[in-house]
Amino acid sequence: MLIAALLPLGLFLFPLWKITLEAPQYPTPLGMYIHINDFSDANPHDIKNINLMNHYVGMKYIPESIPEFKIFPAGILITSLIGLIIAFKGNYKWFLFWFILMVTLSSAGLYDFYLWEHDYGHNLDPKAIMKFTNPDGSQMGFQPPLFGSKDILNFKAHSYPRLGAFFLGLGILTSLIAYFTGKKNIKKV
Amino acid sequence: MKNILKSAVAMLSVLVAFTSCNNPKSSNSGALAGNVAEKVYVAPGDHDEFYAFISGGFSGQLSVYGLPSGRLFKVIPVFSQDAEKAYGYNEETKPMLNTSHGFVPWDDAHHPDISQTNGVIDGRWVFINGNNTPRIAKVDLSVFETTEIIEIPNSAGNHSSSFVTENSEYVVAGTRFSVPIPQKDMPIKDYKGNFKGSLTFISVEPEHGHMDIKFQLIMPGFDYDLAHPGRGASHGWFFFSTYNSEEASTLMEVNASQNDKDFIAAVNWKKIEEYVNNGGGTMMPANYAHNVYDEATHSATSTMKKEVLVVNPSEVPGAVFLLPTPKSPHGCDVDPSGEYIVGNGKLSANLTVHSFTKMLNAIENKKFAGDAYGIPIINFEDVLAGVVEQPGLGPLHTEFDGKGNAYTTFFISSEVVKWKLGTWEVVDRQPCYYSVGHLMIPGGNSQKPFGKYVVAMNKITKDRYLPTGPEVTQSAQLYDISGEKMELLLDFPTIGEPHYAAGCPADLIKPRSKKIFNLEDNKHPYAAKSEADTKVVRDGNVVHIYMTTIRSHFSPDNIEGIKVGDKVYFHVTNLEQDYDVPHGVSMIGANTSELLIMPGQTETFLWEPKQVGVWPFYCTDFCSALHQEMQGYVRVSSANSNTTLKWSLGEDIE
Repeated sequence: MLIAALLPLGLFLFPLWKITLEAPQYPTPLGMYIHINDFSDANPHDIKNINLMNHYVGMKYIPESIPEFKIFPAGILITSLIGLIIAFKGNYKWFLFWFILMVTLSSAGLYDFYLWEHDYGHNLDPKAIMKFTNPDGSQMGFQPPLFGSKDILNFKAHSYPRLGAFFLGLGILTSLIAYFTGKKNIKKV
Repeated sequence: MKNILKSAVAMLSVLVAFTSCNNPKSSNSGALAGNVAEKVYVAPGDHDEFYAFISGGFSGQLSVYGLPSGRLFKVIPVFSQDAEKAYGYNEETKPMLNTSHGFVPWDDAHHPDISQTNGVIDGRWVFINGNNTPRIAKVDLSVFETTEIIEIPNSAGNHSSSFVTENSEYVVAGTRFSVPIPQKDMPIKDYKGNFKGSLTFISVEPEHGHMDIKFQLIMPGFDYDLAHPGRGASHGWFFFSTYNSEEASTLMEVNASQNDKDFIAAVNWKKIEEYVNNGGGTMMPANYAHNVYDEATHSATSTMKKEVLVVNPSEVPGAVFLLPTPKSPHGCDVDPSGEYIVGNGKLSANLTVHSFTKMLNAIENKKFAGDAYGIPIINFEDVLAGVVEQPGLGPLHTEFDGKGNAYTTFFISSEVVKWKLGTWEVVDRQPCYYSVGHLMIPGGNSQKPFGKYVVAMNKITKDRYLPTGPEVTQSAQLYDISGEKMELLLDFPTIGEPHYAAGCPADLIKPRSKKIFNLEDNKHPYAAKSEADTKVVRDGNVVHIYMTTIRSHFSPDNIEGIKVGDKVYFHVTNLEQDYDVPHGVSMIGANTSELLIMPGQTETFLWEPKQVGVWPFYCTDFCSALHQEMQGYVRVSSANSNTTLKWSLGEDIE
């Protein structure tokens, strides 16, 4: 359980997610890492260049900072702290509680990420240089996928978790294992 | 579904592969022709194995080709103005072409040579000489731009230049035409004994490559034609071929061809370096330009230097010797080991090869045949290593493959001849189309040539290509020299006169080639690093526009309050930080070229509006989907109007 509580801290060392945009004109694809507290370039100036591309279809610039960059790190610190307390004081039932807490919070985080992506991809400048519509006449959105790959005009967008996310996932999984191991040991006794 | 698609594509490509294999067999004259084509074929999107830097001769520029494909990638402006790149037109690069004679917009660029470390080419810089108004330029191979030019005083027809020593300690510039030193008003007929030839040793600062004239050796009034450094055992020496040892000054084709032998001058530069380091030599008044381009300010500055250190050979006994060499030797080439010095006596039937070891012996034992102006002349027989008997007519230049073979060009018999060092036997000969001058093996002027290809640079092409009126294309030819026999692979057109070239493996340069200039590092005094920094500033009748470009607009794009008679400087910063996104800018009626601005760079052009009106400017490099919209207007009012100075982007003025 101790390991479970510590693993999510890997998020402060490694990026959580990566969005990559491929197009023929970009032999080196454009890429952006999402960290727990920051956006960063995969290669120098990538975010600037993503913004430049996106302004043609009226997408907003990727902000320097978002409120989540303050909330998420605090959330991870607090839940890790709770996990540590449980590791030392709590019994195995609490392990399950922490597991459910983490799954809920992570899902909420993903949903928040989805909402941001949706807004980023759909809340377009009405004076956009190029306006695209779907076959049904509705405005075309440019939302990158939450998970997986998707064709968006001339770009192929990939969105996949990175090392930080695996640390978080592994931490959550470890807590579940800790719960079952704890349960088994109790039964034996 | 995707898998089905993939296998369908795979099937198709196999089919295509089979059909394309069949075609050449049926349509080509022979398997051999197909084989040759394959050797120079670089598939779309693939890269060439070698870079070749081929001088443009009288174009004044340096071109960049790929080998073996013979594809042209870039023409680097060096000594001539280039309106396409604004070189010599924009305010930043005008100082590059400054000389003691003022602004000289052209020169004759001859001998590129790549910098070396430990006798091996290192791919950092290319040095190249301007013949006419003597200059040496340095091209930085991280940006493929000319970043330094130094004028050579006391020189004329700067031809035995710009060859580097094996650690790039010096780049050397020798005079072809001897002149009065210092220049003075005197009768031409008094040439003999009064005109002198200077051999200039320019030190190269190891870190940034900054050039500085260390000393000039003031030699007898011969014509110093070509040169090469010693290497390995002969490192520390430099060899110069001479003609006109007759010291004639008129009807040179006859009068400079009378002596049975001219000389190769052997200069122990290490000895002279030591002499000047200990305070030797005479500081002489001079006036020459030193022009340096600074990557941080994206601007060049020109400084006039006022003195030069000169050394008379008689001051440093044992530093300079003359090796008799038959009939006006042209090329003076040193083999990779540094032992053999080939004198290509252009009017001789034979090729003369001197031995460095024998030269040292002869010097030690004082086997001299006399002296010229106090410089000892070594006995011909005592320095001769061997003779290649009757290899062809009109030998000009020799290069080496690093496997014991030498390759010599013959202008008159129009061929490249391969022969063996040491046995002096001819191995193979291949015709050139036509009248070849220099030849180049990548790494040829070093201890480690890459003996896979030789490029022959021809002086005449006649019927070789589709005709283009009286002036036809210039041309080079690529031969495979990996086998015992040479094989002609390719003809390819070149810019100007393909005078000489330097080549090196692409991997030496490719990883270091810059993609953009960092905007953060831009120290140009008139840079606007964001749209918030853009402005228009009037100072009397001088107006400075701090303008930016980014896809797909100028900022500002509307300017009012300019008056007839103003001097308007457009300082344009390209805010892009993406690979291969330059922007151009041009103003209607500006008496200059466009600007072509790389990402992160600032460039400036001057516009002096002569008529009232509203005048447009626009982006000249197709930058983006909205390139056609990348335009702006300047309102020009009469000289005595009081239109206020205003600028804007994305809103109407007022």
